[in-house]
Amino acid sequence: MLWGIRIGILLVVVLGTIGTVTAGHYPARTWIDLVIFGLSQGSVYALIALGYTMVYGILRMINFAHGEVFMGGAYTAYFVADALAAGGDLQRHPILSLMLVLLVAMVTSTVLAVLLERIAYRPLRDAPRLVPLITAIGASFFLQYAFRGLYGSGFRAYPEAEILRGSWEIFGIAILKTQAVVLVAAVLMMAGLYWFVMHSRTGTAMRAVSEDKEAAALMGIDVNRVIVITFAVGGAMAGAAGFLYALVFKQVHFFMGFIPGIKAFTAAVLGGIGNIPGAMVGGVLLGLLESIGPILFLDGLGIVAPYQLKDVIAFTMLVFVLIFRPSGLLGERLAEKKA
Amino acid sequence: MKPAQSSIVGSLRYSPLWGVAAVFLSIIGMVETFAAREVVAGVLSFGVALLLFTGIAAGFQAARLAGTGRRVQVSAPPRVLWTGLLAGALAGLIVGAMVAALVGLSILADLRRIFVNASPGLFLLLTNGEGVAGAYWPVLAGAAAGVLGAGVALLGADQRHPLVVGLSALLVLSLFQDLLDPLFYSAAPLTAVRDVLFAFSGLSPLGAAIVFALSAGGALLWRRCGATARAWYGGLHAAPRRGLRLAALVILIGLLIVLPIAAGPFVATVLVLVGLYALMGLGLNVVVGFAGLLDLGYVAFFAIGAYTTALLTSTGTHGIAEISFWAAVPIAMAMSLLAGVLLGIPVLGIRGDYLAIATLGFGEIIRLLVLSDFLRPWLGGSQGVLAVPKPALGAFELGGPGEIFYLTLASCAILVFVATRLRNSRLGRAWMAMREDEDVAQAMGINLVNTKLLAFGLGATFGGLSGAIFAVLVGSVFPHSFQLLISINVLALIIVGGMGSMPGVIVGALVLVGLPELLREFSDFRFLVYGAALVYMMRRRPEGLWPAATIRRELHTAE
Repeated sequence: MLWGIRIGILLVVVLGTIGTVTAGHYPARTWIDLVIFGLSQGSVYALIALGYTMVYGILRMINFAHGEVFMGGAYTAYFVADALAAGGDLQRHPILSLMLVLLVAMVTSTVLAVLLERIAYRPLRDAPRLVPLITAIGASFFLQYAFRGLYGSGFRAYPEAEILRGSWEIFGIAILKTQAVVLVAAVLMMAGLYWFVMHSRTGTAMRAVSEDKEAAALMGIDVNRVIVITFAVGGAMAGAAGFLYALVFKQVHFFMGFIPGIKAFTAAVLGGIGNIPGAMVGGVLLGLLESIGPILFLDGLGIVAPYQLKDVIAFTMLVFVLIFRPSGLLGERLAEKKA
Repeated sequence: MKPAQSSIVGSLRYSPLWGVAAVFLSIIGMVETFAAREVVAGVLSFGVALLLFTGIAAGFQAARLAGTGRRVQVSAPPRVLWTGLLAGALAGLIVGAMVAALVGLSILADLRRIFVNASPGLFLLLTNGEGVAGAYWPVLAGAAAGVLGAGVALLGADQRHPLVVGLSALLVLSLFQDLLDPLFYSAAPLTAVRDVLFAFSGLSPLGAAIVFALSAGGALLWRRCGATARAWYGGLHAAPRRGLRLAALVILIGLLIVLPIAAGPFVATVLVLVGLYALMGLGLNVVVGFAGLLDLGYVAFFAIGAYTTALLTSTGTHGIAEISFWAAVPIAMAMSLLAGVLLGIPVLGIRGDYLAIATLGFGEIIRLLVLSDFLRPWLGGSQGVLAVPKPALGAFELGGPGEIFYLTLASCAILVFVATRLRNSRLGRAWMAMREDEDVAQAMGINLVNTKLLAFGLGATFGGLSGAIFAVLVGSVFPHSFQLLISINVLALIIVGGMGSMPGVIVGALVLVGLPELLREFSDFRFLVYGAALVYMMRRRPEGLWPAATIRRELHTAE
């Protein structure tokens, strides 16, 4: 049965790819654009996925409300961006203004993530596993509709900075400036985080807590503090992701966190949940699959409007990773943890 | 007097949080929206009650903390009494001052640019209609509410309980006024009662006094004589006790049968929805509650049941068979069973959270496929399947929500019976063994593959039945009716009701589906309250409202 599924999927992929390539409807230009779009989208997923993966690594729980942390940062920062645009600062000092917007997004998301931990998760750390899942769902609803009540239910258009309009020519390939900035910023951010976790004292403590909470406590690590820092760092990354997302898609909405949240979670699982480089790889891979997958695999099979099925590809990927390699692409094979 | 003073200051440490709550409730527009409805006509609106509640709660908490941190009684020495009241007043003052600060802020900056609900109407409401000059109003009201809260805290339980019951009765009656109206207008004597109790919106002052006196009196009486009644019931022999229980059941069923007729089509529709969610809850309860398999894609089976029924019975373009509802239901249930087993096979080896995510993925895949243009020629894409006829019993058509309610009720009754028998069967015991520990269960000779697949399959069948009824209730089926939100709601309702408990499923469905539907006019805030309630509930009562006996025991011995 499982082999049947494997072979079936492989057939779809191979036949679809051959079909698309031989048909040759799409010029190389389209493919390059899709790849770049996939990469920038994927790096946003990766940044959000970091929050899921770090929390899971330490607490073994899915922070379902993480998508709302992402939304809160992006939405709150909108008002700063809007004010800056109205005052003309966004065009006069674009770099400084954008940094300010980014900072506000990150700070808001950090505060949200820490509050979430304090109110919804900490009191339930020793409860059965379903309980924090339900509080996470509850917190997710609460945050969505709290932001809806605060900022309204409409879409808000993010102001555009003049310097990010147009595209750069790199190696003869035109890349939209926003996408390049998103890509570079995300890579820098992830590199910084990786250094922090691997080399700083706090990062070492984090890894120790995720290995074994009791032993870490015996070694003199303040476990509560480490958990709060983990949520804070995850929140900050989500805030940055929110800002970058707003740069690309140029609008914010109270419900914008839901879909990227699920996608980022998929990315985290894809890379191996609890594994930080895994989240990065998973995010980028998912972004790429989503942008080129529908055309590459499905168009060749003669399926109409394949782009509608991009989420099907993402979720199929998720299910198959869970079935065939539950530890993810980069995760080590964990001993089966008691659910 | 020094220690008393410092204890007062210390007792105010949480008051700013209540102030934040008051400001938050105001600025998201909840206060203003709720102000449109009156609790007592001309005296108190829900919005004001909401704000006062934050002050009362702050005062209550401060008075508790200002005492030795424990309960304080009226019989306590007067010094404690005054300290408590003073602490309450100060706590309320803090809350009021924060609201006043919000009013002040509204002159300095145009809050509405960011906070869309910070409207002039809100500030008029907060200042009792005086505008900024009336910024002292929230402060005064806050202090008064704080004293009130402190007073409540200082009362003994004997006095406080009836007071709380009386006030709750006022709130509930005025909240559900619109729903009670059709009931009251159904008979002339009842209409007369209504005219005494209610004004156009909210209770009349006289009605409020009557309701409060009756409910508080009743509560007082129960406190005095409740123990005697319980002792009498406990002293009965088995036979009369069973008789009493049977009588209660008959009355309950009678009420359920009369309710949709008396209360009108709106309530009937809500009841059908509650019933459909209860059906799904019963099914998911088999999967999650009995067998311990966390499934977040349950909506897929609901969708499969609904689409199968719609395609088989529809007289529109997508109909393929045009058979009757009664013939379609078994097929729909069989399809769901099949889907449950098929989806179960690949995920057999996955446990815990991973299983939740894999099933969530399945649920979304089904919805997205149905929605896509790819399957449109067969399933109708986003336009869905239309013209699903109503079921008929002979010449009698089950057309309205009232009739479909009986169908749902009967299905619920049958499934409760089936689920109970399943739970007590060999299979049920195998499920529970597997829930507790898969490895040990396997060592005891339980075939994990069959047991798991049966749980997935049977659980899915319940969902399929629910979907089939949903299809005929709405008369058409769209992919948008099958959001992930439904899976989440069903999971939430069985956990809030109490995992593994069948009465819990019904209670959960009533609370999480019925209440929000009935309070639709506050629809902008229902998910806000729903989310907050889920968090609060899980912190306070993680075993659920009506837990199964084993789970309750487990949670309480674990402590």
